[in-house]
Amino acid sequence: MENEKRIGVYICHCGLNIAGTVDVEEVVKYAATLPHVVISRDYRYICSDPGQELIKNDIKELRLNRVVVASCSPRMHEHTFRKTCQAAGLNPYLYEHVNIREQCSWVHADKKQATEKAKDLIRAAVQRVYYHEPLEIKEIPVNPNTLVVGGGIAGIEAALKIANSGRKVYLVEKEPSIGGHMIQLDTTFPTLDCSECIMTPKMSEVGHHPNIELLAYSEVEEVSGSVGNFKVKVRKKARYVDESKCIGCGVCEQKCPWKVPSEFEVGLGQRKAIYIPFAQAIPNIATVDKDHCVYIQSGGKKCGACVKFCEAGAINFDQTDQIIELEVGAIILATGYDLFDSSQILQYGYGKYDNVITALEFERMTCAAGPTSGKIQLKDGSVPQSAAIIHCVGSRDKNYREYCSRICCMYALKHAHHLREKIDADVYEMYIDMRCTGDAYEEFYRRVSEEGVVFIKGKVAEVTDRAKTEEEKGKLVVIAENTLLGKVMRIPVDMVILCPAMIPRSDSTEIARKFSITQKASGFFLERHAKLEPQVSAMDGVFLAGCCQFPKDIPDSVSHGRAAAAAALELIDRGSVATEAAIACVDEALCHGCGICEEICEFQAPKVVIKDGRMVSTVNEALCKGCGACAVACPSGAMSIKHFNRDEISTMIKALAAVEK
Amino acid sequence: MDNFEPKIVAFCCNWCSYAGADLAGTSRMQYAPNIRVIRVMCSGRVNPLFVIKALSIGADGVLVLGCHPGDCHYIEGNYKTMRRIPLLKKMLKQLGIEEERVRLEWVSASEGAKFAEVTNGFTESVRKLGPNSLGHLKQSSKEAKHG
Repeated sequence: MENEKRIGVYICHCGLNIAGTVDVEEVVKYAATLPHVVISRDYRYICSDPGQELIKNDIKELRLNRVVVASCSPRMHEHTFRKTCQAAGLNPYLYEHVNIREQCSWVHADKKQATEKAKDLIRAAVQRVYYHEPLEIKEIPVNPNTLVVGGGIAGIEAALKIANSGRKVYLVEKEPSIGGHMIQLDTTFPTLDCSECIMTPKMSEVGHHPNIELLAYSEVEEVSGSVGNFKVKVRKKARYVDESKCIGCGVCEQKCPWKVPSEFEVGLGQRKAIYIPFAQAIPNIATVDKDHCVYIQSGGKKCGACVKFCEAGAINFDQTDQIIELEVGAIILATGYDLFDSSQILQYGYGKYDNVITALEFERMTCAAGPTSGKIQLKDGSVPQSAAIIHCVGSRDKNYREYCSRICCMYALKHAHHLREKIDADVYEMYIDMRCTGDAYEEFYRRVSEEGVVFIKGKVAEVTDRAKTEEEKGKLVVIAENTLLGKVMRIPVDMVILCPAMIPRSDSTEIARKFSITQKASGFFLERHAKLEPQVSAMDGVFLAGCCQFPKDIPDSVSHGRAAAAAALELIDRGSVATEAAIACVDEALCHGCGICEEICEFQAPKVVIKDGRMVSTVNEALCKGCGACAVACPSGAMSIKHFNRDEISTMIKALAAVEK
Repeated sequence: MDNFEPKIVAFCCNWCSYAGADLAGTSRMQYAPNIRVIRVMCSGRVNPLFVIKALSIGADGVLVLGCHPGDCHYIEGNYKTMRRIPLLKKMLKQLGIEEERVRLEWVSASEGAKFAEVTNGFTESVRKLGPNSLGHLKQSSKEAKHG
């Protein structure tokens, strides 16, 4: 019989992951009794090649036309078994997946209850698969361009890899120059490579690459479309400087009389109201800070020094923000991280005591190109005799951030090394645990230990200037419990360096919403799979690189950036992408053409048209995402969602909710 | 009645809540085995009639779980649910069904613990309500026609 439904049910043991809690044998027997089930089998690992072969053979030999697999989450293997069906000549949408691991065997200890639940879920799936219809899978071409958001080391690596493969990249950076946090660093652990020396060639390559269009001082405004064909609106903020004319000579900067604390120097130095953020900036173009420019603030009545002195005539106060529209097939987010605001922990005295500074401030201080020309000094210009480095400021702390920030132990060691090497200061490190887990990291820890740094295992309670003894006078006293000795210590020092947690960007929720991706509880962007797809977001075609996903050191950020590039290239080089097949469709005989579907759809997919003299809704298949909102809103029941239609859902409800006789 | 085990049907959106339920599993968080999850792509796909149907044929409680407001994969599907469910509850009350038998919650993909917590909490509160009287009525031959 042509229309006869012949269902095969396969129950996976997943080793003991399922079979340990669910009585697989009983479930197999039960499944065999369900209507239309031709064969019911179990297998140790059904996702294995022999497991899949078993299904393929059954499809051919037993003429199965519906397949149900009960195993792990569909998010893990639905795709696998759809392909298995396809390989055996069955439409992949004639497949139904049952989750009896993540949502059954792993969460229930009682074998009887777990077995009953597994049976219920399989019964619902068998009933549902009965209603499945073959769906047509359409392929649409993928736009070969990629958008990379964020020009730190992860974004730069991703952009360069893609551009070097011959593909076009748009690199959007919100700051006037690319470089991110890495270009602010003095040296990198554990090799003590000069950060600038290894970063600037990369930045320069980006600036000159024929396949990279750099949109610095720009931000993504809006994203629409879907995998393979995104439309992105980028706001290119007005620099008030003509990029084609500015040669980056810096005369405007010299002549500008208005000083502002420099963001790049984290407030330790100053810049002008018109500025190039640092010497190696890419693009090497001046930017007017409109909030501090007296010419702009006075409405053109005062100053104008930069205009007078710019020989290239590049200054243009009439410039306005531009909206640039890009079309790309893939998007890589490399939006980086912020640092925890250390002043939130009042007892550490950041912002109160001059010589309590953050590790990034210290980084700028030790940098030869920095505001002190590499001189480690106190606020009064004198050289500190001693320093304390406080680990885990705002991290590994239930009051602030629970997670470990991963890089702080290592840069704390680096700072300790520089303090010993450059000024021979006494150095105390207050740590909870030393976490030195990278290549040659532990060796570096040993090296620094042998340089005479004192390590105190314990969390710092307070930093104070209230002296109790003569020795403490004029010093900052760090009060911490030395948990190894079991006593509270008071350590007078000249300088305190705080290691703040790396935290999600302050606008990360906004970014997540713009790109339709999700965040973890910590606020960092959620990857599709923590172990196997750390560079893929939940949104098809949007990939993650660097610290926007979780704190990383430089080598990890580089690897992650390249992994994201590979994922984007995989999509682009495949050239086409399957469109969503489980989308809305209209039963024209029932449709009144009321247009409610048009109103409710976020994607403008349904449209009421006149067909044979009457109003009916039609669905634009390229725009429909299959959410189902229209099907719920439709008053006549004409609108339906393929693969999630009324029959398919109702039958599951029946299977799961009906009272047994 | 002492051994009453409530029958709970849950509609989970594919992107947040279903993933949250998976995370509870990966993290081996134990929760009440009464729940039976039906995966839909979006909580906005949950027709209130599905909920009524579940209650009318024997479910003691229905959970609708979606992405947090603002996080919907389909932009505003969960806002639609947010408006529909309170109306549905109002209607249930008029029909003499305890509105506590339906609960709408937001569970993100990273909230495995919340999924377990909501499941346990809801199961317990339905257990206190006792069996749903509609479940024992004869199944209506007329079925909801909307989809």
